[in-house]
Amino acid sequence: MMAKKDFELTWKEIPIGAIIHEPGNAAEYCTGDWRSQRPVLDRAKCVKCGICFSFCPEPCIVKDGEGYYVADLYYCKGCGICARECPKDAITMVQEEH
Amino acid sequence: MNTTTATYTATLQKLREAGEVFMPGHRACIGCGEVLAMRQVFKTLGRDTIVACATGCMEIISSPFPTTNWDIPWIHALFENTAAVAAGIESGLGAMKRKGRGPAQEVTVVAMGGDGSTFDIGLQALSGALERGHNFIYVCFDNEGYMNTGIQRSSATPYGATTTTSPHGKNSIGQTTQKKDMPLIALAHHIPYVATATPAHPTDLARKVRKARDIKGPAFLHVFSPCPTGWGTDADLAIELCRLAVETGVFPLGECVYGKYELTKYVKELRPIRDYLRLQRRFRHLPDDIIDQIQDNVREHYEVVKRKCGIIGSAAD
Amino acid sequence: MARRVGAEGSFAVAEAVRLADVDVVAAYPITPQTHIVERLSEMVASGELDANYIYVESEHSAISACLGAAAVGARTFTSTAGQGLELMHEVLYLTSSMRLPVVMAVADRALSGPLNVWGDHSDAMAVRDTGWIQYVAENAQEAHDLTLCAFRIGEDPQVLFPVMVHMDGFHVSHVVEPYFMFEKGELGDFLPPPKYPYPLDPNRPVTMGAFAPPAVYAECRKAQDTAIKETYGTIVKVWEEFGRRFGRQYKPVETYKTEDADTILVAIGSFNQMASVAVDNLRAGGRKVGLVRIRLWRPFPVQAFREAVQAAKNVIVFERSMTYGGTTGPVCTEVKSALYGTLHQPRVMNFIGGLGGRDMSPRQFEAMFDRAREIAEKNLEIGYETIGVRG
Repeated sequence: MMAKKDFELTWKEIPIGAIIHEPGNAAEYCTGDWRSQRPVLDRAKCVKCGICFSFCPEPCIVKDGEGYYVADLYYCKGCGICARECPKDAITMVQEEH
Repeated sequence: MNTTTATYTATLQKLREAGEVFMPGHRACIGCGEVLAMRQVFKTLGRDTIVACATGCMEIISSPFPTTNWDIPWIHALFENTAAVAAGIESGLGAMKRKGRGPAQEVTVVAMGGDGSTFDIGLQALSGALERGHNFIYVCFDNEGYMNTGIQRSSATPYGATTTTSPHGKNSIGQTTQKKDMPLIALAHHIPYVATATPAHPTDLARKVRKARDIKGPAFLHVFSPCPTGWGTDADLAIELCRLAVETGVFPLGECVYGKYELTKYVKELRPIRDYLRLQRRFRHLPDDIIDQIQDNVREHYEVVKRKCGIIGSAAD
Repeated sequence: MARRVGAEGSFAVAEAVRLADVDVVAAYPITPQTHIVERLSEMVASGELDANYIYVESEHSAISACLGAAAVGARTFTSTAGQGLELMHEVLYLTSSMRLPVVMAVADRALSGPLNVWGDHSDAMAVRDTGWIQYVAENAQEAHDLTLCAFRIGEDPQVLFPVMVHMDGFHVSHVVEPYFMFEKGELGDFLPPPKYPYPLDPNRPVTMGAFAPPAVYAECRKAQDTAIKETYGTIVKVWEEFGRRFGRQYKPVETYKTEDADTILVAIGSFNQMASVAVDNLRAGGRKVGLVRIRLWRPFPVQAFREAVQAAKNVIVFERSMTYGGTTGPVCTEVKSALYGTLHQPRVMNFIGGLGGRDMSPRQFEAMFDRAREIAEKNLEIGYETIGVRG
């Protein structure tokens, strides 16, 4: 999935019609670098309803091994929709350090 | 702090297994309501879908060459011809199928655009495609302005909203015109299915998307898509804004199937419009008398919608 | 066995589209192309042609629908003229940069204003740089043959470019002429079924039309520019094959009595037929004159053109459009550019006429040769002159 960056491609490497043949290859891009706050899940309160999963704009929330919905921080932009919409207030937005 | 490559590929796999056809790593703003709506629509439609997309936010954030966030076949042509491109796709597939060529499975053809490419510059192509009766879905993701180019007004910008080309000032309250009634315009073409939806009501949206897919002929979906950047709200408010838009009557949630209107969520007691407006910087400049005017307009319009749906009388009924 | 029929150029085009078994036609009527699309509508209604005809609401949508249909691998055709071609303008650039093999027949027509529905080349010249393969039919037979070739050329895996077949509005589109119309089976495998290599298909998803920031747009354009120049070889090969199999040989540049000509007239389009009569008349009187027809306009056949005019001391470029503030007309500019800096430097003179459907006679072409002789003898320096314009 390591596609060449746009500024690296030579004109001979441009596919015909500038068509992109690798579905979803933009998923390499780390949007997690954007955020200033991240969601933290309190598993004790989580009832695994999946509402956060439905409302994540990326989407980057997926089930972990135990069925809890967790945001993948590689992508999470820290919008806070999941925290606001969680019916059990199980998600808290925490300021990122740095 | 961030997860490793191995972890995000695991995420992508889980997303795909869950039926997602639009991958993360896109460049939409933090908290974008439109990309959420778009994700929900295409997740419902699934992999046997071909999308024709207009120039706009959703196109730009998802297709920076040489990468794409789309797992399904997707074509971006221009700003104002999406419906025509989709018409060509639909006709091409149909003719090829008759001659034994093309994909073996049934394919859903979708044209999508923002309010700019639907209400304004692309209206002609949309009108033509609807009139010709192509079997396709047109989805308008309405964030009420030309957001991609920097928050300029469109004919979908609501009365009183400030944008960069309808700024409020000494001589102006902001947008001075009323929003075009796009669902009614679509219905004027005698198409079998028109519906309004929001990403805050995902099961309602999914049901309508499936109906649009299954009905023969053109279907028009008008999807309310809050834009925190353009509307001037906190990044976590997209869902709340959709909810408020429906509950104040600003965005009635309904459908029209073969000419029969129905409010799929009938709000008996509309919430005051101020609950919705006060969260958005684009309305912050409005004086009370204009807000009252907006309140009256919204209530009146909701009554009209209720009458169309056969719900007669006031909220007291 | 090909049948000799009498028909307008328009109908000859429509028959070619039928023989090509197109999948989609998306077209909007505009004079003088209307007979093409009317005939195609008739064929679809009668079942002679199994295609989906999209009755679009404008030319912009016509070419957009063709783009969409071609993107899924359908064989598509459209046709337009004048204002319609201009309304398609932005989509033309896209169709070629996206490498979608749409075929379009253009009944070349004057651009407004004033409004004029008759033939000239201003619409063709306006789309010169849109990246399409463009060539010219001078009569009904050529319109028939070259429309068929357009599908073969455009869809060739070594090409994958849209093709525009130009023909003079009214002079070709509406004049009834005898021509040999192919029978269905006669083409054999000359035109194989369409097989676009990267269609929009859920079984193999692709993304078309991604945006290219400054970091990579130039590379995309260079790739496209190189590719269209390289289509020249395939175009020539296809025409050679057509000539071998069906007896009519088309070339990027065609010459008429040029071998010992001291003055050669160069032109595009059906007025070449009048020009050839003028050449014959003058030859009968002992003048050493000749005619070069430019058939392939894009990619421009630089080498073939240089060879065609190599004998002449004087080259007259006759054309049917203006550039309003340019040094010479668009075709003359192209000719001068092709000849500049080479060892052979003929005097190049430019005459612009036949605008807005203004007819021209062989006598006027003879007058151009006379004027060219005068310019040469008096060593005059002229940019361009109009011919047949009063006042």
